[in-house]
Amino acid sequence: MFFQHLINGIIVGGIYAMVALGYSMVYGVLQIVNWAHADVLMFATFIGLILATKLNMPVLVMIILAAAFAAILGMSVERVAYRPIKSGNRKMAVLVSALGMSTFLQNLAQLIFGSTTRQFKAIESKTYMVGGLSISNLQILILVVTAIMLLILYILVYKTKVGVAMRACSVSVNNAKLMGINTNLIISGTFAIGAFMAGVAGILIGVYYSAVYPTMGYLLGMKAFAAAILGGIGSIMGSVLGGFIIGIIECLGAGYISPAYRDAFAFLVMIVILVIRPSGLMGAKRIDKV
Amino acid sequence: MSGILEVKNLSVSYGIVPALKEISFHVDEGETVALIGPNGAGKTTTMHTISGLLKPVGGEILYCGKNIVGTEAHRLVTDGISQVPEGRGIFPTLTVAENIDIGAFIRNDKEGIKKDKEWVYSLFPRLKERMKQISGTLSGGELQMLAMARALMANPKLLLLDEPSMGLAPVIVEDVFHIIRQINKEQHTTILLVEQNAQMALTAAKRAYIIEVGQIVREGLAKDLMRDDEIRKSYLGL
Ligand SMILES: Nc1ncnc2c1ncn2[C@@H]1O[C@H](COP(=O)(O)OP(=O)(O)OP(=O)(O)O)[C@@H](O)[C@H]1O
Ligand SMILES: [Mg+2]
Repeated sequence: MFFQHLINGIIVGGIYAMVALGYSMVYGVLQIVNWAHADVLMFATFIGLILATKLNMPVLVMIILAAAFAAILGMSVERVAYRPIKSGNRKMAVLVSALGMSTFLQNLAQLIFGSTTRQFKAIESKTYMVGGLSISNLQILILVVTAIMLLILYILVYKTKVGVAMRACSVSVNNAKLMGINTNLIISGTFAIGAFMAGVAGILIGVYYSAVYPTMGYLLGMKAFAAAILGGIGSIMGSVLGGFIIGIIECLGAGYISPAYRDAFAFLVMIVILVIRPSGLMGAKRIDKV
Repeated sequence: MSGILEVKNLSVSYGIVPALKEISFHVDEGETVALIGPNGAGKTTTMHTISGLLKPVGGEILYCGKNIVGTEAHRLVTDGISQVPEGRGIFPTLTVAENIDIGAFIRNDKEGIKKDKEWVYSLFPRLKERMKQISGTLSGGELQMLAMARALMANPKLLLLDEPSMGLAPVIVEDVFHIIRQINKEQHTTILLVEQNAQMALTAAKRAYIIEVGQIVREGLAKDLMRDDEIRKSYLGL
């Protein structure tokens, strides 16, 4: 049983990690929490649902298109809700603006898509038994897509010029400008990448639980945010680690203690770790805080 | 000799508090010019405004004859203005070599970058020994040298240096200024130098401006200013 829970934990953990990265990278560059992140995720999932059911698109094409939509929406959020705020009590203004954007997107989704929960059956589900463990084709899809996304992100951040620019921005936007880096473009790009991954994660979770609804981002977003905090917000590696830890503990807790407290475990772990290490697992200064 | 940089009646404010009040000065091509003044005089504000990090409330900044007020900061680097900011602005989590590389961010000429890299490492041999070291662990003097090396990698026409002597031991200050003179002489890079250390600044610069509470109060040839009684009293402690 342990290994079954572990596998389930890794699967949801990867999804949390992808969402957590969006919070973390934006925080790294701008020191703001993008509360509309989870709502961008929800919107993209609805778009994915429509592409899959109304237009009968193949799963991978649907995921890419919906995630691209998320990227554009994510960039728009930055342009509309954050970039205009430059002076005054910036932290407070950004918080209000972020919460406003989040509420706006949720209400807009309710208006367009209705508030009922929709089923999301993108692929015919099959379950395989491998050495006493059951794993479905859907779970395999999630694992593969997550692995690819994390690998691409790693290469982008650590092996490309854009990644260098992102890491420079996360240290200091002004010093990055002095290097000739177009920081507005990098900030837009950071939102786009975070939102793209959130879009992918949203669709995967929507298909996994076969449920899409306007407030679906809330709990998922809170858990991913907990993962980002736990790993050390601003740290890429930390967010990935935090996502997996939360996913695994949640599934172990649900399996061994009680499924009723499933959602509480994530926050319990976060609180315990933050008491021991207030800056998160990898939130130390010497780690890149993109 | 033409003015590569001409600042005309430049005014900058933080909110409603003025930091620069209609200052004017110019730097000719190939010159080293010093801007000397006490704490809070507006030196860093001047540098940030030239680099496009701050927007002035009035006045003009002509660079190679073109008004650059309103031009985005990153474009000015491409146009040839590099700044070594106060406090150095090193990326502490990156290695020495990565910091040098990021200095050439705007360039694509692989051959040229390679040649310039060899040149800056020959200018700062200490950095070559420490290429793989995480920059956050460097000494103050090494950080200043890294910041200068990084700025040179952009191949600037105009180099802005904001208090290169800050927090350094006198021997290290000598080294740093020796290299500043060398850069100006060998590369013909135009340098605008901001300093509180008037002594060092006046030995490196040809001309200097004295700035106090947001206004230029004196200007002249460095060798004249060095002999001026008033300057000697207030700035050279003699
Ligand atoms: N971000 C800011 N917000 C408000 N006021 C500022 C800001 N930065 C500088 N000032 C004010 O503007 C004036 C000029 O500051 P500036 O940093 O340009 O001085 P400086 O000559 O570089 O001084 P120092 O030698 O201490 O570096 C000072 O009165 C300072 O308090
Ligand atoms: Mg200063």
